Amino acid sequence: MRNRALTVVLPLSVLLAIGLVWEAAVRAFEIPSYILPGPGKILAVMWLRLDLLVFHALITLLEIALGFLAALVLGVGLAVAIYASRTVERSLLPLVIASQTIPVFAIAPLLILWFGYGIGSKVVMTTVIVFFPIVIATVQGLRAADPDTVALLRILEASPQQIFFKVRVPQALPFIFSGLKIGVAVSVIGAVIGEWVGAQRGLGYLMIHANAQLQVELVFASIGFLSLMGVGLYGLVSGLERVLIPWRR
Amino acid sequence: MKVVGTTVRRRRVIPFTLAVFRALENGLFVCLMKKSACPMNSLDITDSVKPPGAGALADPPLLEVESLSMAYGRGPDSLSVLGNVHLRLSRGECIALIGPSGCGKSTFFNLLAGLVRPNEGEIRLRGRPVADLRGTVAYMQQKDLLLPWRRMLDNAVLGLEIQGVPRPTARKRARELLEVFGLKGFENRYPHELSGGMRQRVALLRTILCGKDIWLLDEPFGALDAITRREMQTWLLRAWERFRASVLLVTHDVEEALILADRVYVMTARPSRIRASLALPLARPRQVTQPDMVRLKAGLLDLLETNPESRS
Repeated sequence: MRNRALTVVLPLSVLLAIGLVWEAAVRAFEIPSYILPGPGKILAVMWLRLDLLVFHALITLLEIALGFLAALVLGVGLAVAIYASRTVERSLLPLVIASQTIPVFAIAPLLILWFGYGIGSKVVMTTVIVFFPIVIATVQGLRAADPDTVALLRILEASPQQIFFKVRVPQALPFIFSGLKIGVAVSVIGAVIGEWVGAQRGLGYLMIHANAQLQVELVFASIGFLSLMGVGLYGLVSGLERVLIPWRR
Repeated sequence: MKVVGTTVRRRRVIPFTLAVFRALENGLFVCLMKKSACPMNSLDITDSVKPPGAGALADPPLLEVESLSMAYGRGPDSLSVLGNVHLRLSRGECIALIGPSGCGKSTFFNLLAGLVRPNEGEIRLRGRPVADLRGTVAYMQQKDLLLPWRRMLDNAVLGLEIQGVPRPTARKRARELLEVFGLKGFENRYPHELSGGMRQRVALLRTILCGKDIWLLDEPFGALDAITRREMQTWLLRAWERFRASVLLVTHDVEEALILADRVYVMTARPSRIRASLALPLARPRQVTQPDMVRLKAGLLDLLETNPESRS
């Protein structure tokens, strides 16, 4: 219990210390706020423009959530197909891996062109970026089952379906969740890149907009919201993991 | 043992002794008792197994294994694991297989269980040739192989569940045995919350609940400490007597074989054959300190330590 409290308290105190040094530096060297605003000013802006920030944050959150869910369904689906069929594995897995060498930035303008300025292109962007870690982790997880356990089920005359659902799927769950955790961390990037390239809403759009008007406090406030969102989503996935995988200490 | 004095008496006693011999399969017990009178090569099971047809009038034994051979790979690089294994298991009997490590005992079990195919040989179940024993055997290993995501009770019913028994019925059947297995009160624990001995008991319970005629136990208690192992042997004896199963037990532990088995088969190193068979017509529960047991243990250790190649 004390350890758990420390895992929250320690990083927060480091964050607080950084904030204090930052604030002191900004005041001591009289750095203008259009270059680097102090944390105090940023917090003030967060509070004053809260409804604006929340509105745009919700848009971004929706993009992330939809993109993430799509990636989960497609990723797990493809992973099962790769696991089940050697042909699918040989024909698709190299392409999936090769696709990762294309920077997401490079295809962002194309996605805007194809899916428009609205939410669609950002959802696709998030899906593209989250998809990969989920596929790889799930394939790995489905193959992770202990061969002796599989042999035991075969001796008990289990059908391939029974072996799949009673052994392979539960065995893969922890792997899938580590894929999801990587995915959730990069999902924010996908949505924000999409918004940078072309959007009318969302935190990425707000940042670009504020940056152009030298409202640097608002840029920082957006970044703060994005990272809070990222941490929150990560916490959500971890919590879900703890509920769904109770056998892991 | 019966000592026969005159030829007249011997003639009368023959049917009786035959019956005893049949029960002991080959009377090697006698050989070991009077080792000097008995040429060593007669310990070879191939010499002592009766020719086919000898037991034709009686019911065929539950399980017969004839000239089973197995090699991994082909050609000059192939590794011969089993060479010509013969074995016979009667209903309700407990047979221990003992031999040096890496002697292919596990391969033998995998053959019986149908996980690998033999190169040669025949397996007969109640006199009928079968490819393997899948569906007739329950298998237990040194590793408990409990599924970490299942609670204790759900691990115990895995076999029943696969057979299609509805979960409530399966759980009810498992619950009835929890007390016998010292697992009551731990139904909802995950495997990692149980001790090594308990996990192994759950594995044993899962094996037994499958309701199969033959139990293949592959060094089931090999990973446990000596004290827990003794306890587990008692559990196993109790379960075996209660369910009247036929057991094939692979073990490295001479004492374990002596405490549990009706008969011990000694295997050679790779490619393994069954080299000798030793009947243990002693009442249970047995103590390793009994004089009979001490003598049998000495004989068995002697068999294990001598190299058959150097004798022939």
